[in-house]
Amino acid sequence: MNPSSKIVVVGMSGGVDSSVAAALLKEEGYRVIGVMMNLWSESGKENANRCCTPDSMRVAKRVAAVLDIPFYTLDVREQFYNRVVSFFIEGYQQGITPNPCIQCNRYIRWGALLDFALSLGAAYLATGHYARKVLDEHGKYQLLRAKDQKKDQSYVLHLLTQADLARTLFPLGELTKEEVRQLAIKFRLPVAHRNESQDLCFLAGEDYRDFLRRHLEELPPPGPILDTQGNYLGQHGGLPFYTIGQRKGLGISTGKPTYVVSKDVARQALIVGSKEETRKSAFIVARVNWISGFPPPLPAEATVKVRYLSPLLPARIHPAENDCYQVTLAEPYSDITPGQAAVFYQGELCLGGGTIHRVLS
Amino acid sequence: MANKVNQVYLDYAATTPMAEEAFEAMLPYFREEFGNPSSLHRFGQRAEAALEEARETVARHLNCDVEEVIFTSGGTESDNLALRGCALARQRQNGANHILISAVEHHAVSHTAEQLAHHFGFEVETLPVDSQGMVSPEEVRKRIRPETALVSIIYANNEIGTINRIDEIGKICREEGIPFHTDAVQATAYLPLDVNRLNIDLLSLGAHKFYGPKGIGVLYLRKDTPFISLQTGGGQEWGRRSGTPNVPYIVGMSAALKFVKAHQDLWKNTLVRLRDRLIEEVLAEIPNSQLTGHRTQRLPNHASFVFEGVESQRLVALLDNEGFACSSASACKTGNPSPSAVLLALGLPRELAMGSLRVTLGKDTSEEDLDGFIRCLKSVIARLRR
Repeated sequence: MNPSSKIVVVGMSGGVDSSVAAALLKEEGYRVIGVMMNLWSESGKENANRCCTPDSMRVAKRVAAVLDIPFYTLDVREQFYNRVVSFFIEGYQQGITPNPCIQCNRYIRWGALLDFALSLGAAYLATGHYARKVLDEHGKYQLLRAKDQKKDQSYVLHLLTQADLARTLFPLGELTKEEVRQLAIKFRLPVAHRNESQDLCFLAGEDYRDFLRRHLEELPPPGPILDTQGNYLGQHGGLPFYTIGQRKGLGISTGKPTYVVSKDVARQALIVGSKEETRKSAFIVARVNWISGFPPPLPAEATVKVRYLSPLLPARIHPAENDCYQVTLAEPYSDITPGQAAVFYQGELCLGGGTIHRVLS
Repeated sequence: MANKVNQVYLDYAATTPMAEEAFEAMLPYFREEFGNPSSLHRFGQRAEAALEEARETVARHLNCDVEEVIFTSGGTESDNLALRGCALARQRQNGANHILISAVEHHAVSHTAEQLAHHFGFEVETLPVDSQGMVSPEEVRKRIRPETALVSIIYANNEIGTINRIDEIGKICREEGIPFHTDAVQATAYLPLDVNRLNIDLLSLGAHKFYGPKGIGVLYLRKDTPFISLQTGGGQEWGRRSGTPNVPYIVGMSAALKFVKAHQDLWKNTLVRLRDRLIEEVLAEIPNSQLTGHRTQRLPNHASFVFEGVESQRLVALLDNEGFACSSASACKTGNPSPSAVLLALGLPRELAMGSLRVTLGKDTSEEDLDGFIRCLKSVIARLRR
C-alpha cells in the first residue's frame, strides 16, 4: 500500500492524542485532512464543553497549520443532541445509567464524521484513541487493547463493526501516553491544556443531576428507599438522581455504611444495602455487538469490563433469551450498573460488548 | 507537499489578492518614506504629500471634496463610524431617535444599529426586502419620519449580490432632509460611486475588496452632515478620526482604486459573461438549485445559490478539498452554521437557507476555472445528496 495516494481524515480535538495521530499519519505519507466536530453544548456553556471549546478549536487549527494540512469543522450539533444527549436523558428517565460516549462513537464519530470523511474521498477515518486494529488470517479485522494498558480505550470502541474497522486507523495503538507526549514535543505541536477528566463533554463540568433537572421533561417522582429485605427506610427525591454504589447524600441513617444497590423502576423504589450487597456476579447483556460479526463458541471464558475504568474481570459468557447473553463473574464485583456497557475480552482481543440490561444476583 | 492542490480562488467577495501596482506603491512608505504626515520636517512633508495625493485620488473617484474623505481601518470601521457618529450627533442636535436600515445589511451596520438601540435609546426599524433582496425606495419614503436620525441601505449585498436603487433612495432621503449612508464595500470595484449623482451623504469603502490591502478603508462624509468623532486624540482627519494615518496602506488603497478604475469596463463585460454562464449552467444542470438575489441587478462578479438537501459547511469543505475555494453565505460567518439572516429575509425556508453557496469571481478567473468548477460542483452535490 502506498499511503501517498490515500486520504485520511483525522478527527481532531486540539488535544495531544489526536494531534499526534495526525502528525504520524502525515509523516507516513498520507494526505491528511483534519476535521473537528462542533458538538452540542447547552446555550451559554460552549466554553466549558470538554470536547470542543472555542479554545480547543483554535488549538486544533494551529496544529493543522503546523502540519500544513487542510482543516474543516463539521457541525453535528443537531445529530449529537438527537443521538447522544436525548439518549442520555431518556436513559436516566428509564432508571438506567447510560454511557453517551459510546453512543457518540457509534452515531457521531463512526456515523456523521465517517460519512463526511468518505464524502471527502478519504480511505480512512483516524482517531487519537488508544486501541489497535489488526487484520487476522481469515481476513477479519480485530480490535485489540492498546499497548498502553492504562490508556486503553477499546471499551468505548466495542460497537465498531467490520465495515467500520475497515475504514479506521488508530495511529496511537502501539504507543504509550508518555511516548505520545514526547512526539508532540518532537513535532512541535501546540496542544490544548485541558484536564483529562472523564466527565461528559456536554455537562461542561457540572454534576449530571443539575443537568437532568433542567432537561427532564417532568421531574421524576419521589419514592421509597427500601433495604434488600423490603423494609422502608425513607424517601428518595427521584431515581435518576442516584447512582448504583452511591453512599453519600441518601438522607437516611441506618447506623452502618449504606449504598445504593439497585433501582426498582416498577415500584419507583431505591434499594439500598451493605457494601457486600452491592457485589454481584451474574447479569444479562443486551444489544451485543461482536466485532467479528459472530459470537465466539459459547459458553466462552473471557474477561469483562463493566465500566470504563473497571478492571478486567474473569467471567463466563452464556447465551440467554432474546439475543441476550448472561455473564457470570468468577468473583462478585461491586456496582454493576444497568445502562453501562459490558465489554468482553480474550487476552488483548476485544470480542465486542453490549449494554448491561439486568443484574441477576 | 502532499496537501497542496492547485487551488482556484472563487471567493473575491471575501477578499481579493492585492494588485501588484498597489503592493509596489506601498513599499517605499515602509522603508525610506516612513515619516509621520503630521511632522513638520521633510520626512513628514513627503508622507503628508503621499497621504494627500491618495486623498485626492479617492475624492476624484467619489466626485467629492478632499475634506470629505476620512481614512479608516476598513469597511467595518467606516460603517461603525457612519452610524454611530451621525446618529449620536443627530440625537444631540434635534433629538432624532429613529434609524432606518434594511434586512440585508452587513453585520457592521446591523449590529451597530442594534447597539445604538440597546444602549443609546434609538429605535431601529428594519425595512423588508423583496424575494430578490431588493429594498423598495417607496418603502423608504413611507417609513422616514421627522425624527429619523439616518437611513443606511447597503449598495450591493455581500451574500446575494443584489444591487439596490441607491440613487432613488438617496434622492428620497435628500428630499426628506435625512442623512443617507450606504455600505459600498462590495460595490467599489464595479459600480459608480459618484456621491453627488447618487445623493449619498455617508459611504463606506474597504480596500481589500478591490485588490488593495486589508485594514484600510474610507468613510466619505458629506460636508455639514451632523457627525461626532468616536476616536479622539491628535485631531487627524479634521478631528473626525484621530490617530496617525496608516500612510503605506492608504497609498496602497489609492493605487488599488486606480487599478480597478482602469480595468472596470473590461471586467464588467468579461465577468458578467462568466457569471451568467455560471448561473445558467448551475441552474440547468443541478436539480433543486436556486439562485439567490436578483437575476440581473447583481454584482458582475457575484453568483449565489441554495441547494436542496445540502449543508453549506460540508459543501464548502468538499469543494475546497477538490481545489475550489468558495464560501457559504458570507466569509464573516464561518463557524456559525445558523442560516443567514439575509437569506431568511428573502423568504427562503430555513432548510434551504442552510444549503447556500457563494461563488464570486475576479480578475484572474478564467473560463477553464469555471468549466472545472461546474463539473466539480455537480459531482460534489450529487455525493452530498446520496
